[in-house]
Amino acid sequence: MAFQLLLNLILTFVWMFLYSSWDLPTFIIGFLVGMLILIIVRRFFPGPLYVQKLYAVLKLTFIFLKELVMSNMTVIKQVLQPKLSIKPGIFALQTELKADWEITLLSSLITLTPGTLVVDVSDDQRTLYIHAMNIDDIDEAISSIKNSFEKAIMEVSS
Amino acid sequence: MNENEIINTIVAILVLSGTFLSLVTTIGLFRLPDIYSRAHAASKSATLGVMLILLGALVYFYQDHGLDARLILGILFVFITSPVAGHLISRSAYYSGVQLWEHSVQDELKPVVEKKKKAAAEAE
Repeated sequence: MAFQLLLNLILTFVWMFLYSSWDLPTFIIGFLVGMLILIIVRRFFPGPLYVQKLYAVLKLTFIFLKELVMSNMTVIKQVLQPKLSIKPGIFALQTELKADWEITLLSSLITLTPGTLVVDVSDDQRTLYIHAMNIDDIDEAISSIKNSFEKAIMEVSS
Repeated sequence: MNENEIINTIVAILVLSGTFLSLVTTIGLFRLPDIYSRAHAASKSATLGVMLILLGALVYFYQDHGLDARLILGILFVFITSPVAGHLISRSAYYSGVQLWEHSVQDELKPVVEKKKKAAAEAE
């Protein structure tokens, strides 16, 4: 992954040396040409192409922003309705993610999801304890959303 | 409608919705019953509210000063840090024994924390 990016940069500089011009447009064209060469020779790399991972990161960022807007809609609805109808509670959620940064990313994603807030991560890092605003109607929906988050994070890390 | 008016309208929409979200956060802090539900309001609406206001400032100053990178960094930092802050506040509240609202439905963390506290007491 990092090796592929480095290779792409080296190809870019070779391109700039060949043209012997040192400005941004040449850099961008060289980078795109290097990317094309990497895509052509992709079967010599052991891992997947870094372009695919870039796409996964972009998808994750998009999910982040969408969830932030959705959760704000929920908060506005809960706070401004005349009668409080929330049913809070704490539930446990098993996670399959292993690395520290993946769990951190998942918990900030969950915190920005409608109606959920991570209260604690267990010592063995297998369980997240989550405070939910409305425990009965969201519980099922939330676990399905979380499967999509977990999958998106796994796509980035694989 | 010329270009200037369009930009001004976008700025107005961004800043006004950011202000509205901050107002909703404040109302939520008063209305919601316990610290955990308040953390919901504080960690979500305040994040998006501040982000929208900063975005409005970014678009507004783009006309005469170009892109201000510090505002972009500010948006990024708020976005990264505020969910962590919400998590830390509610976690330390739970471990120092703040009770949930009495109408709360379930609490799966309680037995875990009690076990941990018992183990710590026996170790002493």
